[in-house]
Amino acid sequence: MSNAESAFPKIVTAGADAILVYLGEGIDPEVNDRIMVLTNRVGSALGNKLYDLVPSYNSLMIYYNVLSLSEDELRECVRKLIDELQQDGDASGASKQSTLHTIEVYYDPSVGPDLERAAKQTSLSIDDIIKMHTEQEYRVYAMGFAPGFAYLGELPEKLRLPRLDNPRTKIPAGSVAIAEAQTAVYPSESPGGWNIIGRTAETLYDPQADSISPMKVGDRVQFKAVSKDEFEQADGSLESLS
Amino acid sequence: MIKILDAGMRTTVQDFGRFGYLSKGLTRGGPVDEHAFLWANRLLGNSFNAAQLEITLGGLEVEFQQDGCFALTGADADAHLDDESLTLWQNFDVKAGQRLKIGYARAGLRLYLAVQGGFQVEPKWHSCATVERDSVGGLSGDGSPLQSGDTLRFQCDTPQPSRRVSWAYRSDYTKTPVLGLIPGYQYDDFPMSAREAFCYEDFEVSKDSNRMGIRLAGKSLETPEKGLVSEGINIGSVQVPSDGQPIIMMHDRQTLGGYPKLGVINPVDLGKLAQLQPGQKVRFSRVEASVAQQQLRRFYQFFNVRLPCQGGDNLRS
Repeated sequence: MSNAESAFPKIVTAGADAILVYLGEGIDPEVNDRIMVLTNRVGSALGNKLYDLVPSYNSLMIYYNVLSLSEDELRECVRKLIDELQQDGDASGASKQSTLHTIEVYYDPSVGPDLERAAKQTSLSIDDIIKMHTEQEYRVYAMGFAPGFAYLGELPEKLRLPRLDNPRTKIPAGSVAIAEAQTAVYPSESPGGWNIIGRTAETLYDPQADSISPMKVGDRVQFKAVSKDEFEQADGSLESLS
Repeated sequence: MIKILDAGMRTTVQDFGRFGYLSKGLTRGGPVDEHAFLWANRLLGNSFNAAQLEITLGGLEVEFQQDGCFALTGADADAHLDDESLTLWQNFDVKAGQRLKIGYARAGLRLYLAVQGGFQVEPKWHSCATVERDSVGGLSGDGSPLQSGDTLRFQCDTPQPSRRVSWAYRSDYTKTPVLGLIPGYQYDDFPMSAREAFCYEDFEVSKDSNRMGIRLAGKSLETPEKGLVSEGINIGSVQVPSDGQPIIMMHDRQTLGGYPKLGVINPVDLGKLAQLQPGQKVRFSRVEASVAQQQLRRFYQFFNVRLPCQGGDNLRS
């Protein structure tokens, strides 16, 4: 084992009632697969002593009830579960059984105000950008920031752009965005600093619905380009950005 | 029922919060000063989770349309029941037709108004906590604050003996509080200068603070060089963005974030931070996690807090 590998698992204190467990560094589908498996196992083993579990790219945040568990007990239990996980080996089965979501996107400068600049900066045509953004499946690495916001990765190298220097104060719901190696849909109107290249008519967060979001960590997403007519028929809004 | 005659600067419905949905990006919400909130429920013999009004800065006027019993805790402000001047941190009987008028906070920032039995507000995802950025909770269900003309139902069925909170348990919001920092997250990655400055310097509460985060202004803290991918953010986390000015994440925080964090404020101290007015000073001092955990256990036991834990099916969908 190299030094880099032996740094993980790493467990840190994240307050009086939470610990954060890292299984690796950066954005790595294998690490994210193991985070998912660990999330399920921690939930099954300790569920009634936990009040929340938040998986992300390479980490799992475990919020526990201090009245039923001590941090030492929790750490010991989690270490055991990680040992078992390592003995079981390959965790990639977890994401192979995941759900594939297809999201229809209207890619156009009228709803994607950064599309033309993205083309210039990447030396690609708008059609190339659409093709590259739609031709691969993305993985849901994390859910958070805002309700139903799925961090999707990884973008092809050529499509990677920095975040905006000055985040916009208001981005319409359904905006499809890219930043660095990530892409996402803004489920609700919110501020944000990612590059907007299109819009979907799909509802990814409805506070009045029964379910918060159709997506979960480990799921897969593929974007599909649709015409303006198709977008409008699906009740897509052409409201421009302020 | 009570009728809101004047909603003041900003008044929201809060129960103890929405638990179990962080993995979907839905934050907890709930009272930013848990100490004052829990005392109000305790004064009335309510469940810890009974819904109350969180009144920012004051200015609320309500009319009771039925008999009942209420309690008022938190920031120091004038309060009148009709013409009678009230002292905070105790419970009062009220008759139908009486009006409660709360002035503006002299010290502190938020008051809590509880009624015996709790306000009856339709929950969404197991809570009626108002979270504006998530468009959820509150009387209208969409995260908006209360407005003049709104009415809230409650059922007051158990007469309560007169109770008041002893001075020893109340906070003096005019003082500069010293809050415990539980070192954690990337604490070890921060340069020594930043770790020391955070616990030795005074910081000032910025006016850009809200229920998502309290922004501090003070000596700029050096941040770790190593970048982070997004990870879970606990309530009380001390985030340090690249400008070196710390932000303490509060109850409406985003669930994930990628800024480095020095650790987390002791949860039993966090209410004092929530009560600071912009421009007030605050100091920090390191506290061992085990000490903070023992304090939190006592705090939950004293107020009979039963956190909703979801069993093996923890990740709600």
